[in-house]
Amino acid sequence: MGHITLSQVTKSFGDVNVIPPLDLEINEGEFVVFVGPSGCGKSTLLRLIAGLEDVTSGHIAIDGQDATEVPPAKRGLAMVFQSYALYPHMTVRKNIAFPLRMAKLDQAVQDKKVEDAARVLNLTDYLDRRPGQLSGGQRQRVAIGRAIVREPAAFLFDEPLSNLDAALRVNMRLEISELHKQLDTTMIYVTHDQVEAMTMADKIVVLRAGNIEQVGSPLELYRRPQNKFVAGFIGSPKMNFLTGATAAAYDAQTIGIRPEHLEVSRDSGDWKGVVGVSEHLGSDTFFHVPVPDSDDPLTVRASGEVDLKRGEEIFLTPIQEHLHRFDAQGLAIR
Amino acid sequence: MARAITTQRKIINTTAAWTIGLLIFFPILWTILTSFKTEAQAISDPPVFLAFDWTLENYGVVLERSNYGRFLWNSIIIAGGSTILGILIAVPAAWSMAFVPSKRTKDILLWMLSTKMLPAVGVLYPIYLLFIKLGILDTRTGLVIVIMLMNLPIIVWMLYTYFKEIPGEILEAARMDGATLKEEVLHILTPMAIPGIASTLLLNFILAWNEAFWTLNLTAAKAAPLTAFIASYSSPEGLFYAKLSAASTMAIAPILVLGWFSQKQLVSGLTFGAVK
Amino acid sequence: MATQHSRSAARIMMAPAVVLLLGWMLVPLTMTLYFSFKKYLPLRGGDLGWTGFDNYVRFVTSSAFWPSVITTLVIVGGVLVITVILGILLAILLNQPMWGQGIVRILVISPFFVMPTVSALVWKNMFMDPVNGLFAHLWKFFGATPVEWLSDVSMGSIVMIVSWQWLPFATLILLTAIQSLDREQLEAAEMDGAPPLKRFAFITVPHLSRAVTIVILIQTIFLLAIFAEIFVTTGGAFGTRTLTYLIYQRVLESQNVGLGSAGGVYAIILANIIALFLMRIVGKNLDA
Repeated sequence: MGHITLSQVTKSFGDVNVIPPLDLEINEGEFVVFVGPSGCGKSTLLRLIAGLEDVTSGHIAIDGQDATEVPPAKRGLAMVFQSYALYPHMTVRKNIAFPLRMAKLDQAVQDKKVEDAARVLNLTDYLDRRPGQLSGGQRQRVAIGRAIVREPAAFLFDEPLSNLDAALRVNMRLEISELHKQLDTTMIYVTHDQVEAMTMADKIVVLRAGNIEQVGSPLELYRRPQNKFVAGFIGSPKMNFLTGATAAAYDAQTIGIRPEHLEVSRDSGDWKGVVGVSEHLGSDTFFHVPVPDSDDPLTVRASGEVDLKRGEEIFLTPIQEHLHRFDAQGLAIR
Repeated sequence: MARAITTQRKIINTTAAWTIGLLIFFPILWTILTSFKTEAQAISDPPVFLAFDWTLENYGVVLERSNYGRFLWNSIIIAGGSTILGILIAVPAAWSMAFVPSKRTKDILLWMLSTKMLPAVGVLYPIYLLFIKLGILDTRTGLVIVIMLMNLPIIVWMLYTYFKEIPGEILEAARMDGATLKEEVLHILTPMAIPGIASTLLLNFILAWNEAFWTLNLTAAKAAPLTAFIASYSSPEGLFYAKLSAASTMAIAPILVLGWFSQKQLVSGLTFGAVK
Repeated sequence: MATQHSRSAARIMMAPAVVLLLGWMLVPLTMTLYFSFKKYLPLRGGDLGWTGFDNYVRFVTSSAFWPSVITTLVIVGGVLVITVILGILLAILLNQPMWGQGIVRILVISPFFVMPTVSALVWKNMFMDPVNGLFAHLWKFFGATPVEWLSDVSMGSIVMIVSWQWLPFATLILLTAIQSLDREQLEAAEMDGAPPLKRFAFITVPHLSRAVTIVILIQTIFLLAIFAEIFVTTGGAFGTRTLTYLIYQRVLESQNVGLGSAGGVYAIILANIIALFLMRIVGKNLDA
């Protein structure tokens, strides 16, 4: 259960074409993350799968059945919304039980499933509270609980962590990953945060302006980005890009090198620069080094021990096997 | 702004505000007090404030003589009927404008409000004539219709504002959870909208209760509500202060209490959401 | 959620309200326009044929027209000035920390809920009556001759009654506006070295100007239509005949429907000009 196929799907709002013809295959049990900058169509794509928006053309199949015309309720999918969308006038128990009630299940079965879900999500003590009395993280869990009890073919998550604070976000990330391991159900997860994509996904779908830029495992995208956009989007801090003579030396329009793939030396190296701002994170230190062939200063990752002063002259050398070359169209040269 | 405010300043503020508040409230207070006086005490010079012989006699006389009950009943039917009818018509309209907005939604909404701006006197005769032709002059039905139409834009507007505050994602969640349109309206939308509908009901009931153009001009003996009942006291022979006060108190007391509960809605309802 | 299905459902659900309001607007309006071009005296011969713009000309050239316009302007203007100025002061006062704020609010808001006929009668008899009114007692107490309020100071009296009714509305809206003023803005101004009066002039007043505009527009629309207050107190005598009242008298008292309808058209045009400004503000708010 949970195999979803999109074939030649398009969506336009009026004259605006949000999603050009798009094909995508989501396998059973996979954790797929749609990632891209805001406005790239990732949420729209999710809503098309959910059935909350009609496709303009093309087909969506769930487990081999054409679901294009099937209303959201009948698709057997569960969704966790950005705002959690809990029913404010119902207790946690009633919130979680709502889909079961709609499915007209036995009261006893409902109760059991709700209790089970609550136990898994550590919500047992809160079952009789209202959403308004819960913290952000707890609300998030209730929303997930409401999705779990339906035993859906797939879970859809629409930026579920964006309303949580940083520490909680890391926790929930782990919890959702853990949940995926336990349930082994297909999950489709939308985020603009590439860290979430990298840490959770089996498969990442990078979107830009409705187009799929690249599909692959996190490490594939990190190691072998197909174009400049993916290269710049995946990885933190961002990849450095150099053009001009520096790039030409490598037979490319643009070259890219990640901050962690630059070696720093006080004495010798390929590129010379002067240390600008440095950020000390303890374990690591990031130096920003302006160089002639890059619009932005290069970001360089060094160990936390390295101590360079502002204004110090240094040399940087890219590690050759991690260097990415791009042509004039921004496509990777292999 | 966790800053200490001197007790002295607070005392000055309190005194000033209470003085002005009581001054503004005084005509109402005086009316209520006078309603418990005898006619002689009501016009005594110097006026008596509290030290008079409290009596309920005036209420008895007003109730007995003037068929107050019928006017009250007319007021309740007209205000209640027009409000409920208005809400029944407005709920679907506001619902669709809030949840399925189209490019024209805003224009429709503004147009609806603009009908509220039409001066009633401009269409007095046509309505009068239509009422005669339809045989609904001086009937409660006629007034229910006119006052409903008059307040419909405000009702639609208020409900629209309340519905807009219900996040669309919640309705989508219900849809994903397998709720049909009927179940969605029944289990999710209605419970969430009830506070908004209740305050809309309240404010429009008050507005309808106090409406004094159509009620004065389109009713005579049969369908006249309290506004017209009170107006009948303006003729000189009705000039008994204590009884006038008793009648007035009965006409305003229920609405005053309801009004105190609807302060918040008053602002958003009457400014069409332009002041929050 | 915007699927085809829900769109058509939405149209059907909107239809009753739209159709009813359209009828409510168009039918009487068309009839008023129709009558305004007719010589129409229901009690004296009925429909006496078309007269072109005769009614329009007669309405504005009648001796009652200009006085009624001036009366209307004085009442609307007077009430606006009083309610806005007192409203701002009261709103600022009510926004201060004090004991029993909730109760004071209720006291101040109460007059708005009193039906117009009641407030007019209470003021007319119990306060402004030259023999038994409280004001008469007060004047006598200070050895002055009681004032014949509703005949000698008729306009002032009506402005006062109507102001009393509308002051709560202005106060409540301005109070809401003041409370929505961002405290941090004031604190920022304080950090920038602006003394209290300057803070009031440069932060609070501009913030209130929108609310004041709205109060003015909405009140104007309602004030142009005041009826019961005049009906009950002076019946349009002693120079208190407003445009609304004049039209009412033409239509229902002298039963000159054609003439009254022409007056009605003028009133509609006037109200629409004001409504246009109000709609613009409301419309802008809808976008936000």
